[in-house]
Amino acid sequence: MSTPITQEHAALQTFRENLLAAPRRLLDATFRSGKPTTDRTRSTFVFGNVFLHLHAVRTHRWNLRWTTTMGLGIASTAAFLITLITGVLLMFYYKPYPDAAYDSIKDIHFVVPTGRFIRNIHRWAANVMVVAVLLHMARTFYTGAYRKPREFNWLIGMGLLVTTLGLSFTGYLLPWDQLAYWAITIGANIAQSPREVTDALNLTDNFDPGGFQRLLLLGSDVVGDEALIRFYLLHVMILPLALVMLMAVHFWRIRKDGGMVRPVDADQRLAPRSGETYPVFTEAPQKTYQLAAIVKGKTGVVGRGPENTVPSMPHLFYAELAVLMLTVLICVALSLVSDAPLKELANPAVPENPAKAPWYFLGLQEMVAFSAFMGGIGIPGIVLVGLGLIPFLDREEKGTGDWFGGPGGWPLVRRTIPFGFGIAILIEAYVIRFGWLREWFPSIPQLVITLINPGTLLTLAYALYSVWLVRRHNSTRAGALGLFTCFLCGFIVLTIIGTYFRGPNWVFYWSPADWPKH
Amino acid sequence: MTVKAGEPKSRLDPEPVPRRDFLGLAALWAMAGAFLFSLAGMLRLPKAAVLSSPAKKFSVNLPDALADGEAFVPPGRAVALFRDGEGVHAVSLICTHLGCVVKPGPEGFECPCHGSRFKSDGEVVAGPAPRALPWIKVSSKGGAWVVDEDVKVPAGTKEKA
Repeated sequence: MSTPITQEHAALQTFRENLLAAPRRLLDATFRSGKPTTDRTRSTFVFGNVFLHLHAVRTHRWNLRWTTTMGLGIASTAAFLITLITGVLLMFYYKPYPDAAYDSIKDIHFVVPTGRFIRNIHRWAANVMVVAVLLHMARTFYTGAYRKPREFNWLIGMGLLVTTLGLSFTGYLLPWDQLAYWAITIGANIAQSPREVTDALNLTDNFDPGGFQRLLLLGSDVVGDEALIRFYLLHVMILPLALVMLMAVHFWRIRKDGGMVRPVDADQRLAPRSGETYPVFTEAPQKTYQLAAIVKGKTGVVGRGPENTVPSMPHLFYAELAVLMLTVLICVALSLVSDAPLKELANPAVPENPAKAPWYFLGLQEMVAFSAFMGGIGIPGIVLVGLGLIPFLDREEKGTGDWFGGPGGWPLVRRTIPFGFGIAILIEAYVIRFGWLREWFPSIPQLVITLINPGTLLTLAYALYSVWLVRRHNSTRAGALGLFTCFLCGFIVLTIIGTYFRGPNWVFYWSPADWPKH
Repeated sequence: MTVKAGEPKSRLDPEPVPRRDFLGLAALWAMAGAFLFSLAGMLRLPKAAVLSSPAKKFSVNLPDALADGEAFVPPGRAVALFRDGEGVHAVSLICTHLGCVVKPGPEGFECPCHGSRFKSDGEVVAGPAPRALPWIKVSSKGGAWVVDEDVKVPAGTKEKA
């Protein structure tokens, strides 16, 4: 008689126990391997998690040295994540239509709770991302990490650089203020500048790539609502998707190309490991292996000695978290100190004077001020092709994984820095003091002015210098070290001149205090 | 495909393409062609048949007090009108370098963006501008002047009232 009641009691009892255990079991179901306390659970912690499993379960101790990567790749990623989150928040209020856009940014700035702070963080994170990506490229170059087998990832990285700059530039238009409107007018006309060449060759009526590019960007022959919606689409959809896809390939290739670059003698140069961690393989592998299939590429890990690795959890992840936190800290601190600018509403009749692009384009703008095609498309194109060729021309192996590794090394770079800065400043100073071709020869053909830009001379000087380095050190790497250093120096000089020393009508001024008043 | 007896054939030797594979390849290429074709169709989308842009034709009354060689810029337009003994003419104020609006002055035009300078007839004097400022068609209509920014005329074309 009493059996059903007891069973009912038992079922209720079980139900109660299960209910109480639910939180713990949810945790168990989510993190199936338990706490990462042993080498085994630390491994499952990594490969059992979809977000973490892009990492290797163990990390070479060389990679964890601060100077190996300086965390610049993670900092770029972190800055991107910050812009992603703050960008989605800004989309709650932003309206991509000419005057409404300006009003909505003003609302975000003055009315929306935390709106100004979020917009500041978005803007600063975008700037931090550009800096981090550039520095990351410099790190990759100087440690020779672009070399075989990482050539393809270097190209993907260049794609990421271009996409990052594109994201920043498209974001520049969205506030629809004077700064935005005229920067985009200039940008769209730079896209149109191949017309300078087709005009000089009398081809424009039949072949007009410049006009096509401008039309594609603006969707009209003026900067208006069509241009705004296109830049918005690029900024919130097309370029972020492209960036995420490239990032996925970039990260995956790091693993497939053998992880972070490190010198061949990295193991000897590291201090002895601490007692807490254990080598993965024994000193003398006892097993024999059989090839089960013929596959191309590297063989699996067979007969290798002990690896100088530590578990990625916690060693690598804590380092990455530290970089992430530092990036957030920098963005937040800058956002508290400095507000994102918002000028007057765009006025198509009166250009902002001077109309300046974002700072990382001011080097280009400095060259564009001499001729639009060479400064805006020709020289950047040459630089991109040159950067892309580096890993295919430098097939050497000496110095891979070391800062400034390879023939010439740091002394070469150190001697190149004054040369790179010097020649850039010299050419600029000469042009600012004595004018340029049209002032000297008023009837000079336009094609000459289009193609011979002070930037062309600078590029030529840098190229000749690096060819001389290749001969002198009998090494392509030496030439590449020189050329890349020169490129950085020229970029810095032109950017600083464009940012601080150019005033109304793009005239040289020692300080904004000297600008004419109106 | 047949393999003759006593003549071992390596899997790595090239084989003639069997009919079934040929059909498969043909289907594959047909698909690639279809994709390319639809891609070409989609690429037409970004260029509308009619571009949205403000009207380029407008009419304007010149002030009576306008002196010889003095520029008159209709509000909100990037065109300067001039009147002298020979008639009226209009010069575009859009810099041929990168599209900024140039400012008319006593000696010609100045661009605020990259310092291009033009003579009063639009010829380039200094700076990066690749072409002269174009002259624009004006026609007289019942005392007012009709300007059509879409129609360029050779420099020196002046219209009598």
